[in-house]
Amino acid sequence: MTRIYLDHAATTHLRPEAAQAWIVAGQHVGNASSLHTSGRSARRIVEQARESIAEDLGVRPSAVIFTAGGTESNNLAIKGIFWARSADGGPRHIVTSAIEHHAVLDPVLWLRDHQDAEITFLDVDSTGKVSVDQLRSLLQAGDIALVSIMWANNEIGTIQPVQEISALCQEFGVPFHTDAVQAFGQINLDLVGLKATAVTLSSHKIGGPVGVGALIIDPHEKVVPVTHGGGQEREIRSGTLDPASVSAFAAASRLVTLSVDAHAQEMRDIQQYLVSSVEACVPEARLNGPAPGVARLPNNIHFSFPGCEGDSLLMLLDAAGIDCSTGSACTAGIPEPSHVLLAMGVDQKIARASLRFSLGRGSSKEDVDHLVTVLPNAVERAVRAGSV
Amino acid sequence: MRIISAMSGGVDSSVATARMIDQGHEVVGVHLALSRTDSNGKSRGCCTLDDARDARRVADKLGIPFYVWDFSSQFAESVMKNFLDEYSAGRTPNPCLRCNEKIKFSAVLDRALALGFDAVATGHYAQIKNGPHGIEMHRAIDPLKDQSYVLGVLTQEQLEHSFFPLGGDHKPAIRAEAEARGLITAKKPDSHDICFIPDGDTAGFLVNKLGGSPGAIRDVSSGEIIGEHSGTFTVTIGQRRGLNLKIPAEDGKPRYVVNVDRESGDVFVGAPELLDVFRIIGIDPIWAGPPLTAEPQEVMAQVRAHAEPVPGFACVQDSRMHVSLVEPVRGLAPGQAVVIYSGTRVLGSATIVATDRVNPENYIFSDHIFVGG
Repeated sequence: MTRIYLDHAATTHLRPEAAQAWIVAGQHVGNASSLHTSGRSARRIVEQARESIAEDLGVRPSAVIFTAGGTESNNLAIKGIFWARSADGGPRHIVTSAIEHHAVLDPVLWLRDHQDAEITFLDVDSTGKVSVDQLRSLLQAGDIALVSIMWANNEIGTIQPVQEISALCQEFGVPFHTDAVQAFGQINLDLVGLKATAVTLSSHKIGGPVGVGALIIDPHEKVVPVTHGGGQEREIRSGTLDPASVSAFAAASRLVTLSVDAHAQEMRDIQQYLVSSVEACVPEARLNGPAPGVARLPNNIHFSFPGCEGDSLLMLLDAAGIDCSTGSACTAGIPEPSHVLLAMGVDQKIARASLRFSLGRGSSKEDVDHLVTVLPNAVERAVRAGSV
Repeated sequence: MRIISAMSGGVDSSVATARMIDQGHEVVGVHLALSRTDSNGKSRGCCTLDDARDARRVADKLGIPFYVWDFSSQFAESVMKNFLDEYSAGRTPNPCLRCNEKIKFSAVLDRALALGFDAVATGHYAQIKNGPHGIEMHRAIDPLKDQSYVLGVLTQEQLEHSFFPLGGDHKPAIRAEAEARGLITAKKPDSHDICFIPDGDTAGFLVNKLGGSPGAIRDVSSGEIIGEHSGTFTVTIGQRRGLNLKIPAEDGKPRYVVNVDRESGDVFVGAPELLDVFRIIGIDPIWAGPPLTAEPQEVMAQVRAHAEPVPGFACVQDSRMHVSLVEPVRGLAPGQAVVIYSGTRVLGSATIVATDRVNPENYIFSDHIFVGG
């Protein structure tokens, strides 16, 4: 059975160009920190990748710190900036939102529980958009160490007003970090205009390999390292440089950068089709997050199907050849009601009744047509299973 | 048929799953997450994340879909809370039996049927057979592993949607088969404990949850205090060891716990004969086949998971099961289940509320029995 993959926000197909770049660079011997000829050519591969990604994003190469992925980048930005700013009696107050990914929420909560950080979670409205007014009054009150707000939400696709937030933070001289893992490759990231202090990127969400990412960080911002070692990556991030992974990441970055507008248009088209098709065949379905348009990622669709357990629905669709997601899962694979939906004021039961469909390269309207042939029956069964 | 195979991550359910696939069924593996009580507060299966992982790896090996189903809130309510409530009320529940009744063959089976499956398969040791009056459940071939007692709470309707593919074999054969199939669970030790009390210290668990205050151990005939205990939950009816009685019995014979008064906190000890029970009354009977009538029928009665069955006669009066025993059983506590058999076949079960001991005048449980009636 050909599977229909509608979980591109979890991870997406490896681009052949990225695989090729990985193979070419991976065959090269030499530690990029070694001084000899082989070492220097390994270093050349890493620096070319850094320059390529910097060019894609419109930042200086020295702003690109390679990491092992989004989680590490978020930890480094949040803990590193907090530690640097709060040293010697500096501010200990972090402002974030309750709908961040766990890779932001958990470091922030850890700092609260173990390092006396004070945390304020910005309110979100019913579409998942944070309150800029609330942020402004917090900044006016002063003593903020760091603001971290995601560019776009991974579950419901809400695009945050990051330009406005960044400008506000700049006005008050407070560093601003944004987790752009979901936004990268889906919408145009104007980092030149944004002037954020730090931006988290991940390779595998854009068709590069898993296990590599970057933190784009203002070279003037002081960051205390999270991992200590050989001091590679500007003494901020230690660990042997990985020429194969970063060049594959750079290959994928170049591809999505060149095609982002056309890709976004294509995704919006399918997104709109999927939303209206699902609403037509399951009238009680309820779209979570903003209406398709500029406020929402073009590849994200998130529905609640009242009366269903999301995991029952996922299982039935899985059996029908469709891969999708309930949003978030824990280590044992037990679906929890989404903290994002709960923060938006969605009822527990409705939160448990939800599914995310995320589009990507290769998605088509035929996928949607197939989905809606099996969805009504699956919903009907899952409603029955939800009521037992 | 489309089958949900409940995969605990142990050797038995692994082989049961493999056998269901071999029989040509379309099988989906499901691991039940029943409790969430580990130290970091994250969800986990029954009983550890290792078990969930093992179940997943067996499903991979067998090439079937695998999911974790979260029944932790139902388990907390129907099994764990019930366990504590029963103990608080002075009864002795069997949580495994309760879990089969309320979770595995009820909530899980109901969800499976609603999702379009036909039945649930488990690694329990019991046999399902087609009889002249429909589906029957029988004891497993392996007397050491027979679990028909803890399945005695299933109705015939539930049994119609249940598969126990291991009941016709002995445990060593199942282990050998797991080995031959290359299943990673082949050498896993059997689990014996109550899954939400992994260290096996039921008394400690109860004292922790319900509180325990020290009290007196009294001689049942004289009322004299002859020792003390650290909490009524730490002793069980029929217990002999570990009482540390200071004053020996006049006749020098060992003394057993014959009654526990959870109200006063007193524990009574006496001669073993006082524990002999000749008649059992059970409420809420459940029938694995045609219900018994008022006409006494010759049965074998079993009162604990690993107890020897004893011969007797059973009948139903006022929706209660009455069992008269030819030979006494010893050390019964209210709340335990009595499962009655005809030969190897399970007829039904009931929850014990009252017993007659040697002296018909002496209803030692009388404070607790005849609840609601």
